[in-house]
Amino acid sequence: MGVTQPLGDNIITTSLDSLVNWARKSSIWPMTFGLACCAIEMMATGAAKHDLDRFGIIFRASPRQSDCIIIAGTVTKKMLPVIKTVYEQMPEPKWVVAMGACACSGGIFDTYSVVQGIDEALPVDVYIPGCPPRPEALLYGLMKLQDKIANEKNSFGSSIGLGERLEPAA
Amino acid sequence: MAENNRAVVKLKERFADALLEYKEHRGEVTVTVKKESILEVLKYLRDDLRYNFLSDVTAVDYLGQEPRFMVVYHLLSIPNKDRVRVKAPVTEADCSIDSVTPLWNSANWLEREAYDLFGINFKNHPNLVRILMTDDWVGHPLRKDYPLQGPDREPYKGRLS
Repeated sequence: MGVTQPLGDNIITTSLDSLVNWARKSSIWPMTFGLACCAIEMMATGAAKHDLDRFGIIFRASPRQSDCIIIAGTVTKKMLPVIKTVYEQMPEPKWVVAMGACACSGGIFDTYSVVQGIDEALPVDVYIPGCPPRPEALLYGLMKLQDKIANEKNSFGSSIGLGERLEPAA
Repeated sequence: MAENNRAVVKLKERFADALLEYKEHRGEVTVTVKKESILEVLKYLRDDLRYNFLSDVTAVDYLGQEPRFMVVYHLLSIPNKDRVRVKAPVTEADCSIDSVTPLWNSANWLEREAYDLFGINFKNHPNLVRILMTDDWVGHPLRKDYPLQGPDREPYKGRLS
């Protein structure tokens, strides 16, 4: 593939990837961080009926022990620096889920004070439409994130200095 | 009728030259006074007529009219169970009015909000800085000539634009 891989394109690399990716996708710890009504749906998703715990998704109250941030709600320009600070405190690898119309595009708040989509500031992995999205939609979005993590190539290897990370074609 | 309102009768006696207008609409009495005498009028209403609670300070932007702004004070008399609204016109050129924080401490944040969103300067305010928008914000968003989507964006021109 034109990329030097010290471990070689063999069974060891694929096994390492699948092991690491399996571990990562099975224990996504999102930051406890709600901004608006989407946060209510997010809490409902975490509670008994929908039960995020069964995916190994446990809300973590500290960004330094989280690997995912769910932007659940309207991001105002005043809040944006706070979100950036929280995001920067999270250790790699980290993923961003834009939950709801406001986080995806600003939603109905097409005004001077609202950021028109959190992707202006953070690299978003999964966009979840809805206003607010039902818990099923958030679950589906997080399962999509799990699929994405499961398909990462040499993400762990590149982080310990073994070659480049391979980005999937589109 | 507004002429029979206790506050209006007293204000007519005492501040005849400062009183610009008074009216009653749906049981709500509104008096408009000159902005130079706002502090004396409100002090008189508070101390002598017992309108002891300042429930709101805000402003209205009548863009295109002169004077452009109207600062609005909502007073409540807790002992008399009575309300009165006091307004004071403020021009765009001299966009300032006396702060009423010496009379009511609760006016502090309310006046900061009116300053933040309308750009009205409250003289002798102890801490006149923005309260809702970020400190580095430029402009006053509730002014009618402030673009809704913000100054750095193309304005919305309808669904098909």
